[in-house]
Amino acid sequence: MRGLLGAAGFIALWWLAVLLRLADPVLLPSPAETLRETWAALQGGPLLHDLTRTVWRTVQAFVIATAVGVPLGIALGAKEGVYRSVEFVVDFFRSTPASALFPLFLILFGVGEGTKVAVAAFGAALVILFNAAYGVMNARRTRVLAARVMGAGEARILWDVLLWEALPQVLVGMRAGVSLALVIVVVAEMFIGSTDGLGQRVIVAQSLFESGLMYGVIFLAGALGYLLNLTFLVLEKRFVHWAGR
Amino acid sequence: MDGPGVPPRDAAMSVRGLRKAFGGQPVYSGFDLDVRRGDILAIFGPNGCGKSTLINMAAGLLPLDGGSILYDGREVREVRIGYVFQNYREALFPWLRAADNIRYPLRRLGLPKREIEARLERLTSDFRIRFDLARHPYELSGGQQQLVSVMRALAVEPEVLFLDEPFSALDFETTLDLRALLQDVLKRLRVTTLLVSHDLEESIALADRLLMLTRRPTTVADDMAVELPWPRTSATLSEPGFVALKRRCLAVFEAAVAGRPVAA
Repeated sequence: MRGLLGAAGFIALWWLAVLLRLADPVLLPSPAETLRETWAALQGGPLLHDLTRTVWRTVQAFVIATAVGVPLGIALGAKEGVYRSVEFVVDFFRSTPASALFPLFLILFGVGEGTKVAVAAFGAALVILFNAAYGVMNARRTRVLAARVMGAGEARILWDVLLWEALPQVLVGMRAGVSLALVIVVVAEMFIGSTDGLGQRVIVAQSLFESGLMYGVIFLAGALGYLLNLTFLVLEKRFVHWAGR
Repeated sequence: MDGPGVPPRDAAMSVRGLRKAFGGQPVYSGFDLDVRRGDILAIFGPNGCGKSTLINMAAGLLPLDGGSILYDGREVREVRIGYVFQNYREALFPWLRAADNIRYPLRRLGLPKREIEARLERLTSDFRIRFDLARHPYELSGGQQQLVSVMRALAVEPEVLFLDEPFSALDFETTLDLRALLQDVLKRLRVTTLLVSHDLEESIALADRLLMLTRRPTTVADDMAVELPWPRTSATLSEPGFVALKRRCLAVFEAAVAGRPVAA
């Protein structure tokens, strides 16, 4: 409840700025106007389609990133020596802005749908892989020894202990990964030959001076990112109830 | 040395010519030990003398540099063992319920479900468990968690049980309760036990035999039988026999520690 106070304050400040004419009304429409235009675009306009496109691209990128990042990260984490030898490459590309890779992915995948998904999947996969590997490497040594004393072999230890030990960190990586995938997808929609998606809509609205819609799309993208993050927080609480205890 | 000699065929565990070094510093260089079947052997010594190293090697968690540790002629991996770690919080599996933690080693042995449940039930009554084993470890108190660790270690009906400072993370009252419960079960089931402890009183109170170790390179400073009657209660701690033994141990311990280099 208290969290809503801040949001209400933000909207009040916005309204005040509009009433005081602190900016050109074309650049800063009122919250009501923004809501009206956004609602209209959602109802009859292209916005709902844009939203579903962006969500679908993000989901595809995230699924691919998870399918690649989790198993690979766990395998690398289980063999720490191997991870150490590829660590620099992982860290390097993890630190490279994905937007700088757009031209490369355009060459590799062309100007189609695949490029946006591929570049987002690439960025998210590295984050997920990195977290999964560290989750395994930071497994409590005592638990591994306990399993060994109880007669578990190496494969058993991986399955019964390391996977579970890594799970909290894997979910943290997935949460960071889905947020990153969304960021990359929205940017890709702006710059890689798109005709739809939230990124495309926001840049079109801006160039046509549809300020109300532009702000609306920004908030919609924000809400999407927030919801994705929240979903993973709830999943973490549910499925790794033991984390940090 | 006037320690109790163990005839070879009574030995559950035999250490011969054990050698182990860390970073070139020898901890054990030619160490021998026999542990009688059914005995509780307490190992006591100054910090860093390699008490935990010894039982970790015996449990197969740490490789030996030389010598052998055999159980009736068998290697440790051919023997059913139980191990209770000092840090129960990091030794139990928090993603499993307490009961499933206890079932875990039995499932590894591939026992049928009925047998697993029967053993769980027997342990529950042996240890007079009154808390809910369907809870997760982090929902239990420290003493309850360590009790679950002990039950997990005993579930396989181990030929040898290793206890690595099992009470050191618990408060005094809990320690007394758990100690009483443990000696009751260990003596009744005649489980051969190696206990590492840094608490002298506890070592004497729980042991049939007490091994006092010196600083590195580790040798046996004294090896004494603890011939106090069972069960040992808090009254035991003030009996003349107990007090005399403790005094002797302290003297040996001080001599063993005084034998250190001046700089240390």
